Amino acid sequence: MSDPDSTSASTPVPAGGDGGTSAQVQAQAAQLKKVKKQKVLLMGKSGSGKSSMRSIIFSNYLARDTRRLGATIDIDLSHVKFLGNLTLNLWDCGGQEAFMENYLSQQRAHVFSNVGVLIYVFDIESRDVERDLATYVNIISALVQYSREAKVFVLIHKMDLIQPMMREDVFESRAGVVRRKTAETIAMVRKQQPELTSPSGGSGGPMMMMGPGPGNYPHHPYHQNQHHPQQQSQNPPSAAPIPQLDTEMQLFATSIWDQSLYKAWASIIHDLVPNLSIIETQLASLGSAICADEILLFERTSFLVVSKWSSPHGDTNPYGDRFERMSNILKSWKHTCSKYTGTPRNAEQFSDFSYKMGANFSMFVTKFTTNTYILVCMPPGEARFNSAKLNVAAARPWFRFLDGPVIAPSSMASPSVGGTNAEQGNGNGGE
Amino acid sequence: MPSTSKRNGGVDSRPAHSVEPQTPPPRRGLVRWISPAVLNLERVYEQNRQRVQKKDGGKAPAGQSPVPQTKGKPRLLLMGQRRSGKSSISSVVFHKLPPQETLFLESTARIQKDSLNSFMDFQVWDFPGQIDIFDNPNFTFDMDAIFGEIGALIWVIDAQDDYLEAVARLNNTILHLQRGYPHINIEVFIHKVDGLSDDYKLDIQRDVTIRIQDELSDQGVENAPVNFHLTSIYNHSIFEAFSKVIQKLIPRLGQLEAMLTNLCRTCRFEKAYLFDVNTKIYIATDNTPEDMASYEICSDYVDVIIDFTEVYGSWKRPDEWRDKVEAAPWKQGIESQIACEWAESGMVLADQQRPIMLREVDRFLALVAIMKEGSYDKMPQVNMNVDVVVKGLIEFFEITKTKATPGVVVGALAGDGGGE
Repeated sequence: MSDPDSTSASTPVPAGGDGGTSAQVQAQAAQLKKVKKQKVLLMGKSGSGKSSMRSIIFSNYLARDTRRLGATIDIDLSHVKFLGNLTLNLWDCGGQEAFMENYLSQQRAHVFSNVGVLIYVFDIESRDVERDLATYVNIISALVQYSREAKVFVLIHKMDLIQPMMREDVFESRAGVVRRKTAETIAMVRKQQPELTSPSGGSGGPMMMMGPGPGNYPHHPYHQNQHHPQQQSQNPPSAAPIPQLDTEMQLFATSIWDQSLYKAWASIIHDLVPNLSIIETQLASLGSAICADEILLFERTSFLVVSKWSSPHGDTNPYGDRFERMSNILKSWKHTCSKYTGTPRNAEQFSDFSYKMGANFSMFVTKFTTNTYILVCMPPGEARFNSAKLNVAAARPWFRFLDGPVIAPSSMASPSVGGTNAEQGNGNGGE
Repeated sequence: MPSTSKRNGGVDSRPAHSVEPQTPPPRRGLVRWISPAVLNLERVYEQNRQRVQKKDGGKAPAGQSPVPQTKGKPRLLLMGQRRSGKSSISSVVFHKLPPQETLFLESTARIQKDSLNSFMDFQVWDFPGQIDIFDNPNFTFDMDAIFGEIGALIWVIDAQDDYLEAVARLNNTILHLQRGYPHINIEVFIHKVDGLSDDYKLDIQRDVTIRIQDELSDQGVENAPVNFHLTSIYNHSIFEAFSKVIQKLIPRLGQLEAMLTNLCRTCRFEKAYLFDVNTKIYIATDNTPEDMASYEICSDYVDVIIDFTEVYGSWKRPDEWRDKVEAAPWKQGIESQIACEWAESGMVLADQQRPIMLREVDRFLALVAIMKEGSYDKMPQVNMNVDVVVKGLIEFFEITKTKATPGVVVGALAGDGGGE
């Protein structure tokens, strides 16, 4: 299971990479300490539902409350703290055309540089699909130009307005169009890029002067130089680079009225969470120690699934959408609680939940670390249930790094991993 | 297991509902056009069906006793003007349709009959609004067939519309019913009140009440069993209203309430509800004052449990899983490892550490209670008390069921077989 070796193997190997354990532990500690900031662009046509989904996921709005939201003017910047060591700089970009043009021209470099994630929202009910796609193409080419590594998530939104039987077809056809457009755009930008790059790589030729504006000028060479070698290495094997960004792009059919929104956002968040591999290994060892069927780790306020683990048996669960469903269920339960208790929605609403379904299964959801809740689903049995609860409580220090960079590195890195194995032994013995 | 079939039962009832007109005539505008011939056919068909039902149920002496008839299935009749929201109500309450999807519902063209297998089997008849059954010169309805075995008549009034005509028709209906079937409870749902201010809601309710009382007393009818409820499908009010309607149909409700009150006193519960899990209607509560907020949280708690059960409890685990669970350190069958074979759950609210508990009674019913703050430590004792009460409840339903309606029990068993 989880011995120190497997954990260290999964951590990013430091640049020196001589394999020394102490060096690795230190690197890991440094990694854990660092607060990661991610710039997340939220774009799409005006009225497509960008601010609504943001409010639901991060500000605990109910779906029906989003009616109150007005149009976003220019860019609404918010910082969302996630799990203590990740900060999302969420750029909610108002989608009216005047703003869009502005982003693409005057603010081009400001908006599109250093982007970690672009979330582009299409309204499925839009009347003017061609125009939407044209804007999208412009955005994508700006993004490819300034932040090559950015991940792209395309959400086809308001799917609830389509009749349930037709949803899949409608989504697939729209997704196909978007995929094709994206590939075309990237191919086109790539084609143009070498022409642009060679003069700038040489002496900063006249081509660059024709760029989008003088204010952006300094950014061009920087980015192109950065990506130049990468591009060179990829270009020779024929059309390899075109599918490269294509695979980075993910499409989701979403609606604020069901769990599909949580699915999309959980996958957006998933790649951004730092130390994900550590979380996953530790969850796995906790899970097998307490004989669970499934463990889900939720972020405290958004109830997005940060990480999950399923036993081979738990994996056979036919409900593939269960993770986002759990998010949805718990989040709406939170609303109910806050309505009942009269406390603010962002406040913590429940501390412990347990459910034993006769001879079928047992489960509990409990406050785990400061920033997380944990859901454990397991086979029935009183003894198993109680010892699992104790073991989960005992495993808390093991996950303390989730609460952010404040903890001294020595208290959490490798010693605790070894320590928890001992704890597990104790726990099992007690049963 | 029980919850599985319960859940399936809920889903299975959908097709029954969607068995709509077999030969839909062409639509004209919003309302389906029905030829008198079609309507007549439907009526004849209905009467035949009714006759068959009566034959094996024995003749029900209609309108004799003040207590609702318990022969056959108690019936809820949904009536009101067209587009007042009758079908939406029945879909939301009895078929779990999300409220926002009721926009897609077609207008009802013929009487829709749903029968619900629950702790008490009842029927819901949804009448098309454009037909006035008392004022129809072309053809007459068989009143005995409709009102003979009734539980309650629910009259739906759209509060956001001009309701004068609806009130006039309601008055007419009440007058007719008072003559022939005085035992019928008349429940007026002043509907679509979401989005209206509280003051305005009460104004409407007062206005409707006065108009009806005046008209009735002018006609010399006093003390008609008319009740008013403010409802909306977008919140819990519709469930609460249905709860009150259905509670009136339960034989020996007082006994049930006394049991719950007793439990609340011994376990220091703030409020306890006995829920029908499928519909989230509560069929009994303790005698502390009504409290919408606690109903809401309890009913949402039932929802949470249903959802968790569906995801994690409704699929069959492989045999290896069972073997593993019963193997080495435990060396016991699953059945002897568990404490309670029914669903059992508890939740601690962060606010004042108030626990909520839920305990399944049988396939249809669950006991949900809000406990006083800080009583989580006493959970084991509470569980034992709850156990005793649950046993009592099961006994209670056994007795009332077999005595009052042998037919119902057979129906429940048949439903059982179908669900599994």
